[in-house]
Amino acid sequence: MRHTLAVLVENNPGVLARVAGLFSRRGFNIESLAVGRTENPAVSRMTIMVEADDRVLEQVIKQLRKLIEVLKVQDVTKEEHVDRELALMKVNAEPAKRAEIIQIVEIFRAHIVDIGRKTMIVEVTGDEGKVNALENALRPFGLKELVRTGKVAMLRGTRDMTTNGKEVEE
Amino acid sequence: MKKKMSGGEILVRSLKREGAEVIFGYPGGSVLPIYDALYDADIQHILMRHEQAAAHAADGYARATGRAGVCMATSGPGATNLVTGIATASMDSSPLVALTGQVPTALIGRDSFQEADITGITLPVTKHNFLVKDVNDLARTIKEAFYIATTGRPGPVLVDIPRDVSGGTARYVEPGPVELPGYKPLVDPDPAMVPAAAKLIAEAQRPVIYAGGGVVSSGAHEELRRLAELIMAPVTTTLMGIGGFPGNHPLSLGMLGMHGTRYANYAVCECDLLVAVGARFDDRVTGKIETFAPEAKIIHIDIDPAEFGKNVRVDVPLAGDVRRVLQKLLDALQGASHQAWMERVDTWKKEFPLQYDTNGLKPQFIIRELDLLTGGNARITTEVGQNQMWAAQFYTYTRPRSFISSGGLGTMGFGFPAAIGVQVACPGETVFDIAGDGSIQMNIQELATVVSNDLPVNVAIMNNGFLGMVRQWQELFYRRRYSYTEIYGPDFVKVAEAYGAEGIRVTKPNEVRPALEQAIASPKPVFIDFLVEREENVVPMVPPGGSLSNMLG
Ligand SMILES: Cc1ncc(C[n+]2csc(CCOP(=O)(O)OP(=O)(O)O)c2C)c(N)n1
Repeated sequence: MRHTLAVLVENNPGVLARVAGLFSRRGFNIESLAVGRTENPAVSRMTIMVEADDRVLEQVIKQLRKLIEVLKVQDVTKEEHVDRELALMKVNAEPAKRAEIIQIVEIFRAHIVDIGRKTMIVEVTGDEGKVNALENALRPFGLKELVRTGKVAMLRGTRDMTTNGKEVEE
Repeated sequence: MKKKMSGGEILVRSLKREGAEVIFGYPGGSVLPIYDALYDADIQHILMRHEQAAAHAADGYARATGRAGVCMATSGPGATNLVTGIATASMDSSPLVALTGQVPTALIGRDSFQEADITGITLPVTKHNFLVKDVNDLARTIKEAFYIATTGRPGPVLVDIPRDVSGGTARYVEPGPVELPGYKPLVDPDPAMVPAAAKLIAEAQRPVIYAGGGVVSSGAHEELRRLAELIMAPVTTTLMGIGGFPGNHPLSLGMLGMHGTRYANYAVCECDLLVAVGARFDDRVTGKIETFAPEAKIIHIDIDPAEFGKNVRVDVPLAGDVRRVLQKLLDALQGASHQAWMERVDTWKKEFPLQYDTNGLKPQFIIRELDLLTGGNARITTEVGQNQMWAAQFYTYTRPRSFISSGGLGTMGFGFPAAIGVQVACPGETVFDIAGDGSIQMNIQELATVVSNDLPVNVAIMNNGFLGMVRQWQELFYRRRYSYTEIYGPDFVKVAEAYGAEGIRVTKPNEVRPALEQAIASPKPVFIDFLVEREENVVPMVPPGGSLSNMLG
């Protein structure tokens, strides 16, 4: 099963290598990893998608917790949460096809952010399903380039994952 | 205003504050400022002959004392030479602080002369590592390094110090308490789990305690003995757990696993409760995991929650410092007796003792003689292979930290430098490295270290002319095709003498006792070259991937 982990880490150089190294060394599969700073400049947050059964997932979480610079690990998969991913897609767009593409883009509430002589760049934000669906819809036109950020996730409502080391709810 | 100090001086002062008494090291260009500070510092430095040996010596010191061992090397090749020693300490959870020089900060990342990304290289084999970029961070970093190495599940920590940091100047500021928000070592178990464990123990008819290195490292040997006697459970130890329970205790089953005793393995196969104490269900212990302790409920006590369920399912996990957990558990327990079970175990002990035949000069006999002669009171280190297994099987260890061996990584070349660390830590004591003729050649250059530092370390070489353990596997599983396992060695007596140590050759059983006596009495380091039976095998043996119930030999 696929799990979404929210991981707070100290914002130090090398911390990404520690986390990534842990996954490869222990044979855990990362499907995606997104990292960026948080409301606290000393803390970064990673959202890691991992394919694992329960036993492996437990190991992933416990091994992550052993890293000195990892402050908190939470499996948000089964919690009420919002997750989003951003993708940019450069699609072949001969003038004759443009109207059709624009229509698809509107249906998905995506945006066209660049138009070249033969291509357009489409930007989409959404959950994974939506991004996948748009990708499939545009593929027939010829996808020249695709880049996805990987998922970021946040718990809904008052439940949160603060960066001061204490948590509001486990 | 306090006067400014060099980074090297700050380092020395920080080491002293942490209680470090000795550094095992080797100098070079990027540690020159540190060595300059050491020149007139009142901290001992032992000049090794190879950085790998420096790491093993610091590790040996740590295992003998429970305090962090400190090793040091220069950047580049010095640092990479430490790696095997760091990995060895990591696999056996030994508190090691490794200090490395690094090229100046401005040259990092430019393939500078003697640059190696040692924090990157040691990422998977350290508990944590640091690159100090500012001399003002040095004192605090050293404090954190010792704290991380020695608390929780101990392990090696590396601190990489660029030359401009050790050569820079700053005021020494006493670091405040360590604050690592992501590191909160466990101490006490979850109180709710203790009654659950006590209940399983009370219900057990056929309990076995399986004790590992965590017993030794947390100093829980007394508590373990009380537990075993209170609930009347026989105790088997892992290789790392040897010494954590007295080998001469009536409840002792010796070691379990691949080269464990039959009675230990049989007891594990038939027990209905296995209490794992500071052990991690390594494959050399469990054999085929599906048939390991098939009828047992399992209580697992460990400082590292990541060990629960890693290899086997656990019924009651108790996370915390092993000693503290055992104390809490003892409070919650009532005495028990399992007469029928103990009789069954004792029958196995009588029926299947460890044994060997006495034709020719046998390594097992030599170790038994050493055991008798020293009353089980020597500090024994080992190399890796058959010598290590015989040292585990045939010496009676009665106290913790008296058996020091590379378990997890199985590093040939560990025993001799580790014995140096042990001898430095325990000056008046008899120290023996039980070695093979292959392994001893991996760090034989340390003869110069023992001679020049007057360390009366003894090395008992079980010289079989083979890489014996590999030869044994070739005999058993590769139809005796001894592919590159016959190994030529030098005249070890002459080598020892060339370095200024003493050398003794032993070819007959009746020479064993006098040679050992001579070595123990000698104020010099001694190599004893025992020309033993060449194709002796370590038995009993669980073939790799086999079940503990199926032992050869
Ligand atoms: C550094 C290293 N290289 C290779 C091995 C693989 N290995 C395990 S036991 C062994 C043979 C050891 O031979 P020796 O030291 O003569 O001891 P014996 O088994 O004969 O007692 C070897 C090569 C190892 N454990 N460590």
